[in-house]
Amino acid sequence: MSDSGILTGEHFINGDEACAEGAIAAGCRFFAGYPITPATEIAERMARRLPQVQGICIQMEDEIASVAAILGASWGGAKSMTATSGPGFSLMMENIGLGMMTETPCVIVNIMRGGPSTGLPTLVGQADVMQARWGSHGDYGVIALSPSSPQEMFDLTITAFNLSEIYRLPVLVMGDELVGHMSEKVVIPSSDQIQLVSRPRPDRPSDTFLPFMPNDDLIPPMAHAGEGFHVHVTGLTHDEQGYPVITPIVHERLVRRLVDKIRLNAQKIIQLEEIALDDAQVVVVAYGCTSRTAREAVQHLRSQGRKVGLLRLITLWPFPEEKVRQLAKGIKAFIVPEINYGQMVYEVERCAHGQAETILLPFMGGTIHTPEDIIEAVREVLP
Amino acid sequence: MKIRYQPVIPFDQETSNRLKDEQHGLHPDDLYLKPGRIPHIWCPGCGLGVVVNTYINGLKMANLTIDQSVVVSGIGCTGRVAGYLNMDTYHTTHGRAIPFATGLALARPDLSVTVFSGDGDLFAIGGNHFIHAARRNVNLKVICVNNFNYGMTGGQVAPTTPVSARTTTTPYGNSEASFNLPYLAHASGAVYVARWTTFHARQLVNAIAETLTIKGFTFIEVIAPCPIGYGRPNKLGSGLEEMIYYKEKSLVQNGADPRHVDIALKGKIIVGKFAEEKRPTFLEEYDERILNKFRRTEG
Repeated sequence: MSDSGILTGEHFINGDEACAEGAIAAGCRFFAGYPITPATEIAERMARRLPQVQGICIQMEDEIASVAAILGASWGGAKSMTATSGPGFSLMMENIGLGMMTETPCVIVNIMRGGPSTGLPTLVGQADVMQARWGSHGDYGVIALSPSSPQEMFDLTITAFNLSEIYRLPVLVMGDELVGHMSEKVVIPSSDQIQLVSRPRPDRPSDTFLPFMPNDDLIPPMAHAGEGFHVHVTGLTHDEQGYPVITPIVHERLVRRLVDKIRLNAQKIIQLEEIALDDAQVVVVAYGCTSRTAREAVQHLRSQGRKVGLLRLITLWPFPEEKVRQLAKGIKAFIVPEINYGQMVYEVERCAHGQAETILLPFMGGTIHTPEDIIEAVREVLP
Repeated sequence: MKIRYQPVIPFDQETSNRLKDEQHGLHPDDLYLKPGRIPHIWCPGCGLGVVVNTYINGLKMANLTIDQSVVVSGIGCTGRVAGYLNMDTYHTTHGRAIPFATGLALARPDLSVTVFSGDGDLFAIGGNHFIHAARRNVNLKVICVNNFNYGMTGGQVAPTTPVSARTTTTPYGNSEASFNLPYLAHASGAVYVARWTTFHARQLVNAIAETLTIKGFTFIEVIAPCPIGYGRPNKLGSGLEEMIYYKEKSLVQNGADPRHVDIALKGKIIVGKFAEEKRPTFLEEYDERILNKFRRTEG
């Protein structure tokens, strides 16, 4: 192990373990969590690994406390993370809102299982992706990533930390049970090959520093506890000084910025994988484990000469509106396989705006699509 | 879609600076108060001003600077304490001050982290966090301002409201048993447990200063008047009259058995330092038992 604690090399590990390794590689030194299937392996790996790099791993009394603790640690200057699944994600919504309102960088991993409620604890689901977007009350911008392999659990956890530091917000890694529990080869680069970003920091003395005055990119620099800036951090609507000001004027300014800092930077944030889109007449839009099936289906259909492509959403939120709008102009249909009763499909349909048909292939959870499910749906459009 | 926005009116730094210049610096304790934040929002006769004052004096007595001290609050009247103190302060979600402070204290063991919150915040919605942080002995100084009701929302029943007391949600009198907070704190593992009222300002300063020098999870309950939310429906009179009640009905019993210090409506209030013990903190244990295994020796 190198000085940075990064396990450089090739490993055969599952997605949950890869996520923990990604966090360590990203500089995460504080983890707070609560056991829940199918995310527990992340907490277990962090409990084993964090002490090796002199970090702290604490099992809290619930998921509410877990998010509270990582927010506190983040204001102390640490890069911090928690991991959970559906029921825990529901409990986290309250403090995710606090994190959004106080612009606190941290990473929250949700290894999705079948819901609602206790649902299918050990089986796959993708039904929390709209909750990721809208789950906490009030308006705020969101970044949510969707890894589709253990390698991406590693890579995108690092990306999530970087984005959380750049844009100052909790970033959501929306894995699923299949990707979390699947073991594959994960290549961990050496520390000098891993690009890390740190949150913007105060550039002026405390007497002129305004803790929530944004830079031109709409992101305010962050002063940590104990640095003499005497920052007040509150979930109440606050002005640029951080003071609570309960007026529509200040609320307009603050909430607009919380949304716009993501909305206006969407093109910089969004990552997509585009497969065979150029001449496609049908585009499959898929993410997470479902995109693996979709890839197989698209390859098979292409080998038969059918003009079908795959748009894989690596970033779920912000949604790639522009890309879907563009595609809609030249194709017959979008096909959206999801392990839910239709969530991202609403975004696809909205952006298609009637220019292309939108077809949902839902599974309520517990199992995945077969390539045949997708092949059949494509053949109906392209006989 | 097309969006027609409301105009954004920029932050008026000039006015904010002028208000700070005009209003700040006149009081000897202004160093401890955030510029431009006074006047506060608390009602006439409220006990919170006394508690903030004793905390400031506790800091002085313990020789702690504002740069070394951090305050974390939950939601409610006491939750607003954080916003007035001129240090790094965190006004979190309802009941979650303790887990937020836990993360902060573990990431920054060099800082003195005080949790200020009310009885409803700490013991109803936040009760689970309280007992677990006490069990773990996280290095937090918890000051609970107990006014026996939810003041911010207009005087509802709390887990501390005595039997038969009237609140807006117990219009016929409270039928539930209440928590005895020092007993709960002691049983959960707090290393220091005391109760004072806002009448006992000097004892309270001493107690706060004492806890600021102790490592571990300490608990001070401060009985405070809420003449608007709790005093009026229970005919306790004004804030001043409640102070007279504290003076007449309080009984100093240092070392009293925490099991026997519960408070009845208009009954006697046993105050004092009830318990103190030495126990390694969460971080000391974590450091010695876990981090130490992986610490590289110098050279």
